[in-house]
Amino acid sequence: MPLKLIVNKEAKTVDVAPDTPLLWVLRDILNLKGAKYGCGMGVCGACTVLVDGRPVRSCMTHVESIAGRQITTIEGLSPEGPHAVQKAWEEVDVAQCGYCQSGQILAAAALLDRNPHPTDAEIDAAMNGNLCRCGTYPRIREAIHHAAGVNAEGK
Amino acid sequence: MKVSRRCFLQMSAVAGGGFMLGLYDLPWAKAQGSPQLTPEAFIRIASDGTVTIMARGPEIGQGVRTMLPMLIAEELDADWNKVRVEQAGLDEEKYGPQFAGGSMSTPIGWEPLRRVGAAGRQMLIAAAAEQWGVPAVECSTEAGRVLHASSGKSAEYGELADRAAKIPAPKMSDIKLKDPKTYRIIGKSQRGVDNHAIVTGKPIFGIDIELPGMLHAVIQKSPVYGGKVKSANLDPVKKLPGVRHVLEIDGTLSTAAVVPNEPGMEPGIAIVADTWWQAQQARKALKVDWDFGTGKTQSSEAFAKRAAELLRAQPENTMRSYGDVDQALKGAAKVVEAVYSYPFLAHGTLEPMGTTASFKDGKLEMWTTSQTPGEGRGLAAKTLGIPPSAVTVHLIRAGGGFGRRLMNDYMAEAAWLSKQVGAPLKLLWSREDDFTHDAYRAAGYHGLKAGLDANGKVVAWRQHLVTFGEGDDYPAGAEIDKLEFPSGRVPAYALYTSQMPLLLRTGWLRAPGVNAICFVGQSFIDELAAAAGRDPLDFQIELLNAAPIPLDKPQQGGDPPLNAERLKGVLEMVAEKSGWRERKKTPGRGMGIAAYYCHLGYFAEVADVSVDAQNRVTVNHVWAAGDVGSHIINPRAAENMCYGGIIEGLSHMGQEITLVDGQVQQANYHQHPMLRMRQTPKIEIFWRLTDNSPTGIGEPTLPPILPAVGNAIFAATGKRVRTLPLQKSGLSWA
Repeated sequence: MPLKLIVNKEAKTVDVAPDTPLLWVLRDILNLKGAKYGCGMGVCGACTVLVDGRPVRSCMTHVESIAGRQITTIEGLSPEGPHAVQKAWEEVDVAQCGYCQSGQILAAAALLDRNPHPTDAEIDAAMNGNLCRCGTYPRIREAIHHAAGVNAEGK
Repeated sequence: MKVSRRCFLQMSAVAGGGFMLGLYDLPWAKAQGSPQLTPEAFIRIASDGTVTIMARGPEIGQGVRTMLPMLIAEELDADWNKVRVEQAGLDEEKYGPQFAGGSMSTPIGWEPLRRVGAAGRQMLIAAAAEQWGVPAVECSTEAGRVLHASSGKSAEYGELADRAAKIPAPKMSDIKLKDPKTYRIIGKSQRGVDNHAIVTGKPIFGIDIELPGMLHAVIQKSPVYGGKVKSANLDPVKKLPGVRHVLEIDGTLSTAAVVPNEPGMEPGIAIVADTWWQAQQARKALKVDWDFGTGKTQSSEAFAKRAAELLRAQPENTMRSYGDVDQALKGAAKVVEAVYSYPFLAHGTLEPMGTTASFKDGKLEMWTTSQTPGEGRGLAAKTLGIPPSAVTVHLIRAGGGFGRRLMNDYMAEAAWLSKQVGAPLKLLWSREDDFTHDAYRAAGYHGLKAGLDANGKVVAWRQHLVTFGEGDDYPAGAEIDKLEFPSGRVPAYALYTSQMPLLLRTGWLRAPGVNAICFVGQSFIDELAAAAGRDPLDFQIELLNAAPIPLDKPQQGGDPPLNAERLKGVLEMVAEKSGWRERKKTPGRGMGIAAYYCHLGYFAEVADVSVDAQNRVTVNHVWAAGDVGSHIINPRAAENMCYGGIIEGLSHMGQEITLVDGQVQQANYHQHPMLRMRQTPKIEIFWRLTDNSPTGIGEPTLPPILPAVGNAIFAATGKRVRTLPLQKSGLSWA
């Protein structure tokens, strides 16, 4: 049965089993490869996307459950040029392998959206669900503070 | 097959074009049989001045796609802002060794890749001199331009590119390299060349490859390693939505006492479908009756029990023995005895194993994340019965390697499946496949006994490792080096092994073998220091001050022996930076120190740890001092690697893979936890630059953190961590 999705502000129609995880619809039907498969059970966060601005685990989200809601992937985070978080990630040189970073960036963007100046403890709490196998955590903290500073200057 | 680091180095070397090993310190170009690298292979300059530099090695997150091109760009005197990096395909004749392992990219790239850049610069100068009719010696370069000072002429590299391309490359051995004092790129942090693609979600990873008409595959394997299919309900599975093919893989495993780390395809059932999710869903309907074979009798509990028996018995093999250890122990003022053990571990790269393959008309093309693509090509060719020359391999950025991708089973599988179904195909293991069919870090059990004299000096050291294998054969990463510290630095020493058969594949995990063996040695030295009433730092330095007793017969190949001055140097540096000498003794909080030499790098680390009333451990702060030679080529990226090694080492302390009835019990991250952000300490890295050729940092940062934390836990609580994971020592991460 065709399902109507709104992905990165664009209307999409997909014909998949309604319990297909959003992750695989994004990756293999809509060809948006930014969200990554890591664990398939919501414990690593590599598949994180935003639904109505909140981070969700797309590997655990049946696609029918979010029909009609605003889905934002890393590809659509900032269509007008890099988001402050993406810029910070590049400048701070966060990535090692980079595989988890789409999920990390979306989680960080959602954090800064609701809390523009998080403390280390607030960062740790918000980011704790996103695993980084390479150990980029110190740089992620640094980049979030960096992005928060850039945001502050822009205001 | 023996698969020590020494052998790994030799095997990799053969794969990498046959250069000799143990020759790190010699200019690589002089090494026997090495391919002659040329500027033409690595450098392209467009008329607009854009310089394209080929990245030769597999990128697994260690930063070689940025760092190795920096070496070329420096000596080319290119403007880094105009450099574009392009990934080389597999062609070791042209590019030299193309593997990612052993922290070797830096030591084997440093000399030849700088020469490639310098040769290119020399050709550009020759072109300018020719154009201007001036002597080449009067020309110089700066950031993408050739200059002629006396006439004031100057030209951008782009303007000279056509003419330079016609000039024959100079003899590589005649090339003059820059004075390092003039470096503009090496030693300055350059951002990862893929940073923008990563932060914008571009499809740059192995899992992201798309080919027209591509199918998707998963493979169901036996829960017991090497189990074969007796029967399976293939027909109903074939009828499920999207499913195109369901095939049985016969597999090629032997049941020898030592499982090779690269055994080929494991038996199983492959499901090939239009999408990966359809293939994965179809597994739910698949019912397989397995013949588990003899592997089903294995369990972690039985291994531990058998190891305890073997530790009480006469050891089977003597790795090294000198002095009279038993006599010296008898005469010692104090004897300290302990048993240490650690479990199997999984790699758990965040991107699971997989490869995309297309077999057509007798030719195979592969897009892979292998760390040893040359060996993977050989394995795939052998599996298909075609010559390696019929295989094209593209090197794709990997979502983590950590040694798992040194093994290429997934390449053989993808190649075989593409041939069977007659279509291009992407194989992707599920996370559960990845955890339960890994090539695991080997478990180990060490019995240690050491004697101290009345002055607290070590007079005897006896170490007995119970590991796996049979006779001279050890599975990958399960052996111990006869020069394992403090071998040669105590007056009487014996290192023994005993072995148990193992029907499970082991493999190399970041700092193979020593990621656990260092924990044992450096923790036990801390025990001895405590027994002697000495500061662990002074105690360790005293061991390093002993004149080393050489081996009766020098070992062939491999790394040069430990340089005590370099290890002492980083120990003293980390002590100073961490305030070791001024540390306070507070109940529940303590500092621990450890140091290690491996993979040509020297690292000393101090951990500041708190342990609460529920025995929950928090690592507050880690200081690391490293000596990897004269230059830190890309400083921020180098720090990233250190963070990575330290955080991974902390993760190891809380992880285990266990076997029950031959079946791996951990299938996902919640059962084999990686450190999370809130558990990550503050980490500070300090470099001790020494007059040595630069070496790698992927691995040597890892081993010391485990004993540093264990020793800190002892300082905080008086409890000694001798069994990993921490849970087995009555502790857990906070």
